[in-house]
Amino acid sequence: MSSPPVERRFGPYGGRYVPETLVPALDQLEAEWLAARDDPAFTGELETLLRDYVGRPTPLYRARGLSKATGGEVYLKREDLLHTGSHKINNALGQALLTKRMGKPRVIAETGAGQHGVASATACTLLGLECVVYMGSEDIRRQHPNVQRMELLGATVVAVEAGARTLKEAVSAAIRDWVANVESTHYIIGSAVGPAPYPAMVRDLQRRIGDEARAQLLEVAGRLPDRVIACVGGGSNAIGSFVPFADDAAVELIGVEAAGEGLQTMRHSAPLTTGARGVLHGALSAVLQDEEGQILEAHSVSAGLDYPGVGPQHAHLRDTGRVRYVAVDDGEAVAAFRRTAELEGIVPALEPAHAIAWLLSNPIPGISLVTLSGRGDKDLAEVLGE
Amino acid sequence: MSVAAPGLERIASAFAGHGKRAALMPYLMGGFPDVDASLAAGKAAADAGADLIELGIPFSDPLADGPVIHDAGTRALAAGATPHSVLRVCEKLSERLPVVLMVYTNVVLAAGPEAFALRAAAAGAAGLIVPDLPHDEAGEVRAACDAEGVALVPLVAPTSTDARVAEIGADARGFVYAVSLTGTTGERADLAAGLGGTVERIRGATDLPVAVGFGISTGEQARAVGEIADGVIVGSRVVRAAGEGGPEAVGRIVGELARALG
Repeated sequence: MSSPPVERRFGPYGGRYVPETLVPALDQLEAEWLAARDDPAFTGELETLLRDYVGRPTPLYRARGLSKATGGEVYLKREDLLHTGSHKINNALGQALLTKRMGKPRVIAETGAGQHGVASATACTLLGLECVVYMGSEDIRRQHPNVQRMELLGATVVAVEAGARTLKEAVSAAIRDWVANVESTHYIIGSAVGPAPYPAMVRDLQRRIGDEARAQLLEVAGRLPDRVIACVGGGSNAIGSFVPFADDAAVELIGVEAAGEGLQTMRHSAPLTTGARGVLHGALSAVLQDEEGQILEAHSVSAGLDYPGVGPQHAHLRDTGRVRYVAVDDGEAVAAFRRTAELEGIVPALEPAHAIAWLLSNPIPGISLVTLSGRGDKDLAEVLGE
Repeated sequence: MSVAAPGLERIASAFAGHGKRAALMPYLMGGFPDVDASLAAGKAAADAGADLIELGIPFSDPLADGPVIHDAGTRALAAGATPHSVLRVCEKLSERLPVVLMVYTNVVLAAGPEAFALRAAAAGAAGLIVPDLPHDEAGEVRAACDAEGVALVPLVAPTSTDARVAEIGADARGFVYAVSLTGTTGERADLAAGLGGTVERIRGATDLPVAVGFGISTGEQARAVGEIADGVIVGSRVVRAAGEGGPEAVGRIVGELARALG
């Protein structure tokens, strides 16, 4: 098998804008990842665990109610059925195995909604690694059941009090921990963001979403989809869904950002739609910022999309025109959350509810493949509470 | 490098003529607790024996900074500090001593490297430190600084490999900033064990002065660092003084540090 490169740049985007202290660790990580992904011992263990422990491959489900409602054929890639409830485990498990390979005993992670934190805590428990999860105190309040899960799994959850006390500050706190403990610690970043090699490595670990779906669809429908639709926060499920179709020119790729309370309000999480080029958390990408370069707070009803940056490969795919990025607001996402429950008997996470919402508002004939990146148990209080 | 490089010359003079064990470079956060107070704190530091000033431009997400400087930046921004207002502080302070600006990459990119370097030079800045712009990414900003005679001062960490130290040293301007410890800025009880080795590795890569920062807060620590390095940078302790006791407290702390280096 020929190995594609671990890109440091995607067009002008990406790079490694981090304190010098971390650069040697990024060099090491890149070298280890290049070696590990071509090492049958590593890939074999990962494949076995993904099958037996995580539950891959996930089903591709022809969604009857959504198909009828949109006048096309809608297929859902069921990442919501994975152990821990979302696609985050694909990446967390791969990086936890890599941590073992590097001989580091300690893992740190950040989390917003708690899905990546739970996935990291789970993978660390499985592999006998110490796990510390940084989480904004506002998110701890909003997502308490996931905090309890992480603690039950033996992870230490550290409350981050800076700024808006959400995901952006959790990432910053994790990076500061990493700067101080880089020799003993690996940082399992939860999305296709951060300094190189993270965006490429996380993409490689998530691309099995799209690889599986492509093969499954060819088998059941006998052809490729007309479009692939995925939600984009940091963008890991989307990049993993899109990349296997990148060379299929007839397949439209649609990334759905969170418009929050509306793109005109500045209370949103849509940097690809509205942001300018900038550096956040180690990479040059599209970033919500003011004219002086201060990073702005994001907003979304979905804690997993509530982030002012996005993976650098998405910024490049936007510029090249290969992917079309659109945005869906809080109200539309919540409506799609309820509608999917009614039509399909599936409660989606609020994040992929954004992707479904776009399809419901833009009914199109033909085959639509939607990545259902996680399940919505965590969101019941947010949607039904009040 | 351009022929006229006033920033580099001012930095070189400050390291050559301080008359102490090592040059003393306090760090102050521009605009903290407000713009006027940060200017007064800078003047107090100059009066008390500072040889250069490192002046921070606040940024929303300062990844290299510990809690004291992070909090000072957050409060400076909340009080309305902008790159423009901090450059005005730089302009005034540069009449007294060389000012080295500390600013994160995104603030430089938002203005554009050329425009930022031009504004920094116009405000009298002698140098620029960008803690999240490692050597591999620094080419464009360095070229912009060179064109304006502003020194882009690189950082070396204890984790930097010898190969990296050689590359960083070869492209250094003004001085090399040796990060004393593996971590973010902030006061520590003890100096890092490997500091001497880091300084020696840098000396093997450049003839420029080596200044040490991160984790230095007491006169005793400053004196120990002054034995092995050409400059001592004290950040969080001075910023804490600026927040707790204003310019007078800054002057007192800088005076103590200067005497310890005397």
